[in-house]
Parts: sequence; C-alpha cells; structure tokens
Amino acid sequence: MLELQNISFGVNDEGGEKEIIRDVSLTIPDNKLVVITGPNGGGKSTLARLIAGIEKPCSGKILLDGEDITSLSVTDRARKGIGYAFQQPVRFKGIQVLDLIRLAIGSKVSVSSACEYLSAVGLCARDYIGREVNSSLSGGELKRIEIATVLAKASRLSVFDEPEAGIDLWSFQNLIEVFRGMREKISGSSILIISHQERILNIADEVMVLKNGVLTASGTRDEVLPGLMGTGDAIPECRMVGAGKEGEATC
Amino acid sequence: MLKLDEIQQRLLMEVADLHKVPEGAYNIRSNSQSAGRRSTENIEIIPREDGQGLTVKIKPGTQNESVHIPVVMTKSGLKELVYNDFYIGEGSKVVIVAGCGIDNCGTQDSEHDGIHRFYVGKGANVRYVEKHYGSGTGSGKRILNPGTEVYMEEDSTMEMEMVQIKGVDDTNRTTTAELAAGAKLVVRERLMTHGSQNAISTYVVNLNGEGATADVVSRSVARDDSYQKFDAKLLGNAPCSGHTECDSIIMDRGRILAVPGLEANDVDAALVHEAAIGKIAGDQIIKLMTLGLTEQEAEEQIINGFLK
Ligand SMILES: Nc1ncnc2c1ncn2[C@@H]1O[C@H](COP(=O)(O)OP(=O)(O)OP(=O)(O)O)[C@@H](O)[C@H]1O
Ligand SMILES: [Mg+2]
Repeated sequence: MLELQNISFGVNDEGGEKEIIRDVSLTIPDNKLVVITGPNGGGKSTLARLIAGIEKPCSGKILLDGEDITSLSVTDRARKGIGYAFQQPVRFKGIQVLDLIRLAIGSKVSVSSACEYLSAVGLCARDYIGREVNSSLSGGELKRIEIATVLAKASRLSVFDEPEAGIDLWSFQNLIEVFRGMREKISGSSILIISHQERILNIADEVMVLKNGVLTASGTRDEVLPGLMGTGDAIPECRMVGAGKEGEATC
Repeated sequence: MLKLDEIQQRLLMEVADLHKVPEGAYNIRSNSQSAGRRSTENIEIIPREDGQGLTVKIKPGTQNESVHIPVVMTKSGLKELVYNDFYIGEGSKVVIVAGCGIDNCGTQDSEHDGIHRFYVGKGANVRYVEKHYGSGTGSGKRILNPGTEVYMEEDSTMEMEMVQIKGVDDTNRTTTAELAAGAKLVVRERLMTHGSQNAISTYVVNLNGEGATADVVSRSVARDDSYQKFDAKLLGNAPCSGHTECDSIIMDRGRILAVPGLEANDVDAALVHEAAIGKIAGDQIIKLMTLGLTEQEAEEQIINGFLK
C-alpha cells in the first residue's frame, strides 16, 4: 500500500516559483488497480516521478506499507518494490532488450524466460530480444519494451505512465489484457496507471482525477467518470493543450 | 602453448581470445621472440631477416581461413618496433587477428610499436581485429603506437575492429588507407581511457576510385584525467561516399578533442562527419536506478553497453 500525505511540489521557473503538485493526499491500496487521469499538464507524470523518488516533494510524506520512504533514493525505492514505466522511455546505445530485462529482474535469467515478457506486450520475442534499445526502435516498440521491463521487475507497486501512448489500435486490446492479467495476479501488490483512455479507466478499481496539481475527484469509475465527460470546462482545455496528441479519450 | 607463463597466457586471452594454439596460421611473439609459428597451405608466415616482424602471404582465392599474430610483453623496459606486411591475394576471404598485451610490473616503460601494412588484392575480403590491453602494477608505462597502412585494390573489402579498453597508458595510432574503385573500408574503434592515459587516433583515408566507400566510427569513453584525440580525415578524390563518426562519453575530468576533416576533390564525393561528446544522459542513469541499480552500477552498465 502506498500513501501520499499532503504532498506539494514546485519548481523554480523563470517567472519565479511554480507549484505543480498542491497538497495531494491519496492512497493506493493493496490488491487494487488505480487509474489517475486528468488534463495535460495536470501534474500526473510529476506525481509518478515523486513516487519513484526522481523528484523530492517540498512538503508532505510518502509511505510504502507504512514505512516513510520520502527521503529514500530512486534505487532504494526500486529495491523496496516500486516500479515505474516512463511516459517517455529512455534509449540506450548498445544495451540490448535482453540486458534491460535481466537488469529489471535482477538476475541473468535464460533468454526464453526473458522472452515471455516481450510476448506479454505483443512483441515477437525472437525479433526483439537481441535488439539494441536505441533510436532504431519505433516509439511504439520502445513503449512496449518499457512496459515489459516493469512487468519483469514484478514490483509491490507498479506505476505505468500513459502506457497506451504510441501503441497501435490493433495492439491496444492486447495491452488491456496485459493489465487485466496483472490485476488478476495482483495479490499483495498494487498497480497505478496514468491514462487518458476510457478503456483503461474501465478496468480500474478506482479512478482519480488530477487537475492543476490538485486531486479533484476520486472514487469508482462510475462515480468519477460522469463528472469528467462532457463537462463544459474540460473540452476547451483539452483542445488547447491536447490537440494532436495520441490517445486523448477524455477530449 | 609451450614457453608461455601464466601472465603471458592471460594476456593472450585478453587480446586474441586464445585459450590454446589457434587454428590456422599463427605467430605468437612474446618478449620480442617468436614463441610459436605455423604456416598453412594457403597462408605463409615468413619472419623478416632482422627478426623484427613478419611477412604474411595469403594465396589468391583462400577462403575462410584465419591468421593470428598476437604480441605479448611481460618484461619491463622492453621497447620494440616491428613491421608486419600482409599480402592478401585476390578474391580471398580471411580473418586476421592481431593485438598486443603488455604487463608491466617494473619501473621502466614498455613499448610496442607495430607497423602493419595491408595489400588487399582485388575483390578480397578481410576482417581485421586488433585489441590492446595493459596490466601490471609497476610505475613503468605501457605504451603502444600502432601504425596501419591499408592499400585496397578494386572491389576489395576491409573491416577493421580496433579495441582498447584497459590499461594502456599511451597510444598514438595512425591509420592510413588508399581505396581504389569499389573498395569498401569499415572501421569500428572502441576506446576507453582512465587515470592519466592519453590516446590519439588519427585516420587519413583517400577514396581514390569511383564507388569507393569508407565508414569510420569511433565510440569512446574518457574517464578520470584521461585525454583522447580523434582526428579523422576523409579525402574524396572520385565519385565516392564517406562517413566518419565520433561518439564519446566524457566523465570526471576527462578531455576529448574530435577533429573532423573532410576534403572533397570531386563534385560527386559525398562526405559526412558526425561528432557527439557528452556525459552520460541523466535519464539513462535514472531509468536504471528505477530498476534497482545504484548510480555507479547504472554508469557501468551504460558504459559497458556503449562499448560493446
Ligand atoms: N522541471 C519543470 N520545470 C518547469 N515546469 C515543469 C517541470 N516539470 C513539470 N513542469 C510543468 O508541470 C506541469 C505538470 O507536468 P506533468 O508532466 O506532470 O503533466 P501531466 O499531467 O503528466 O501531463 P500529460 O498528460 O501531458 O503527460 C506542466 O505544466 C509542466 O510544464
Ligand atoms: Mg505525463
């Protein structure tokens, strides 16, 4: 179980201090799949980076299974069981997909067991396991490999930041199945997905809305979704910032 | 291998992946003397009269054979200059593995300067691997100054892999190549320097014939207080294409100088140079840390991959 208690975070922008996350408190319970959604620039990725330890909050506390991890490094949090699939995955010259999966698992597993994680995200394992994680991979391929490494890490809490972005229509259903499968085998762990896709919201146990750095709603899908869709103010906001970006189901 | 001690055998492993006597033709030079030599039906290895080097003759049409000519030095204070000439017959396809390992536990500098000349016949295909390795705790330096000259006839191909990852204090490598029509040269250099090491790598490639191509790529890492200079010059003297690339990671107080040099002397010469020097990208380190690696472990993985 992960708890955020009164988390605030800001950066020093040109125009002075800019608040990105404002006093957010939330709980990701065990055995639950939680989806955070909200407009572009709402602070979702920043929240994920705070959870992974890449950013440190200005105030507030982060607890994992009751233990205060606020001051722990990225490495320590990863070892305590936090996994994080980046919205924009990183490319590496020379490091192969197999290397990355082995690093994620933390041992030199056989090629065939590493391949299972690629198959799970719909990649033909044989074609990809030896590929370099460099700029020769397409955006969608890279995104799937990113998801595969987080699956391989098998964390207490797995965070996926817009996993659907760049994934083609045909594979999207497959991706939903991956998360459904994870949800089924969740016991003792939890999943946090940041998404704009209604079909991902549909598999959530709980949905939270982050807007302007503030948690504006949380509850079951049926409680939260009606308030999201078709509200007058969400639409112009989406048009302004979200035009041309893939996977904007909320717009 | 008969007269080799443990250190010499370890050096051989490092520079030529040799656990035992290699197949095919070979000459092993140890502390300035031949420690074993074999010619084959198609590949003849002849020592020079002064003892300082070899002439290697490969018969035209030789297919899929290899030549190993590793050098190991374990005596402190040795300084040698050797000349090795390779005549690679028309239409042959061979692998040549050179490489030099120096173990210096003494206080005097050890230096091996090897001049390799390759005469690559028409349509021949050569893969050349050269590894450098240094070890030993002495204060004497381990110095390697290889000079490589490549003369390529029509439609020949030469692929050169040059690796220096560890332990060599000073290198000054010069590679020159002359390419006739349709000849193809590919160079892959991998280099890591640390401590106060110095490495200079200079290429001068003349593309003299129509359709000649050259692709010279260096990947390097400079750590601690080390210094590297990558100076690659391509001269397009005919309708040809050439590409050089220097891709480097800099760490600590390392310094790298990349000198691009392109000279087009023909309107149909297409020449490209790319150079990128920078420290390891922060998000690469962070990504590996989210998988549970420490910052140092992440750096090691990134560098190992980069130089693989
Ligand atoms: N280091 C930074 N410096 C300045 N502004 C930042 C920084 N990091 C984030 N921001 C700003 O904070 C806001 C929230 O960004 P964040 O990436 O968390 O949004 P998001 O909800 O993930 O959006 P999206 O749906 O587009 O992925 C944005 O306005 C962004 O520009
Ligand atoms: Mg985001």
